[in-house]
Amino acid sequence: MSRHTRINLLLLAVVVALAALPLVLGARGDAAEPFTGTDAQAEDAIGELAPGYEPWFAPLYEPPSTEVESGLFALQAAIGAGVLAYCLGLRRGRRQGEERAAAARTGADPAGDIPGEREDGPWEEGPPDAAVPTRGPDRPGSTPGTPGTPGTPGPDEAAAPAGAGGRPAPDGVPTGREGPPGGRESGRDGPGAHRSA
Amino acid sequence: MHIAEGFLPPWHAAAWTAAAAPFVVHGARSLTRLVREHPGNTLLLGASGAFTFVLSALKIPSVTGSCSHPTGTGLGTVLFRPPVMAVLSTITLLFQALLLAHGGLTTLGANVFSMAVAGPWAGYGAYRLLRRLGAPLTAAVFTAAFTADLVTYCVTSVQLALAFPDPAGGFPAALAKFGSVFAVTQLPLAVAEGVLTVLVIRLLTQADRPALARLGLFTAPSGKDGRSPEEVAR
Repeated sequence: MSRHTRINLLLLAVVVALAALPLVLGARGDAAEPFTGTDAQAEDAIGELAPGYEPWFAPLYEPPSTEVESGLFALQAAIGAGVLAYCLGLRRGRRQGEERAAAARTGADPAGDIPGEREDGPWEEGPPDAAVPTRGPDRPGSTPGTPGTPGTPGPDEAAAPAGAGGRPAPDGVPTGREGPPGGRESGRDGPGAHRSA
Repeated sequence: MHIAEGFLPPWHAAAWTAAAAPFVVHGARSLTRLVREHPGNTLLLGASGAFTFVLSALKIPSVTGSCSHPTGTGLGTVLFRPPVMAVLSTITLLFQALLLAHGGLTTLGANVFSMAVAGPWAGYGAYRLLRRLGAPLTAAVFTAAFTADLVTYCVTSVQLALAFPDPAGGFPAALAKFGSVFAVTQLPLAVAEGVLTVLVIRLLTQADRPALARLGLFTAPSGKDGRSPEEVAR
């Protein structure tokens, strides 16, 4: 385990400990109903300070039970965690893909002896017209519109059989391991920039 | 920090809404400009919003024997500055007000002011100060998240104390009362949020260091106009 990972796990342990310790130590406050929310306590405090105060507006929608409410809170957390993990994973995958591509390019161009990465070369530099017609006719699954327009199957589609073993890479997700398709290497503008054919 | 629906007198609610609205409008402009000019940042933007979404849904027990939740605004504040964070937090608060009956529409302005405006700006101030003094990134990020979290709850206490002053002791007594409910409970949670934000920054750095570098995270603000040397060089 790398030092980086160990530190991350340690940080996570600190967070968990901070949340779990109060539960282990037990509630010191209200023994009858421990660990109530501070927002509800604030409402009680308002009731003490201004006993006559009545809320003048009611929520438009209120979860019918605490179960439904906790479910909606869980949904909120799940949406957040899902998006966060997606962003992290996608970022990381793209970076790795770009780094591999850069390594393959700088290594392959002068020497030309990187095995397994060499087939990426023609797809990068060659004109798209030279590549597309050779693949076009013998593909049974190609859409009816494509034969009339040479060049519509972009670098993604053209490079995928070489890079990803016959399966077109899903758009926006480099195949990483096999080396990314050539068209995605515009590099400096960030992963969002996507050069079309 | 969610003041419940209807729990602020009407003119308090209106005043806080008026105070918060310009920040959100300005933030929405910053956000659209950011997305248009730097589409590559959209993912990080989503991550920042998602972080707030997760953290403000988690009610965590505290040593005071009550539960409260972090705000998660430190991350977006550090990455994209407070105006953008104002919009992201407002979206979260709106979600909770409409679906969870947590907070409310009449108190949205007050809640936005505490969580989406005051907290992020305080956190950002702490972050800039520490970076200027040469503090390491992790220390500055921790302090930013900690400050943003705690200040949010302190502002909520002030808002409630202004609306409901103690009959005998007036504003100070009420502030002490609400402060003891919110601020003390929040201390360990603010520490936890600080640590968690540092963890996420580390993960983001690992995932895509150049993107964070483009946002000027690794360069101490030394330029006179507040731009990092790297930005100036570009």
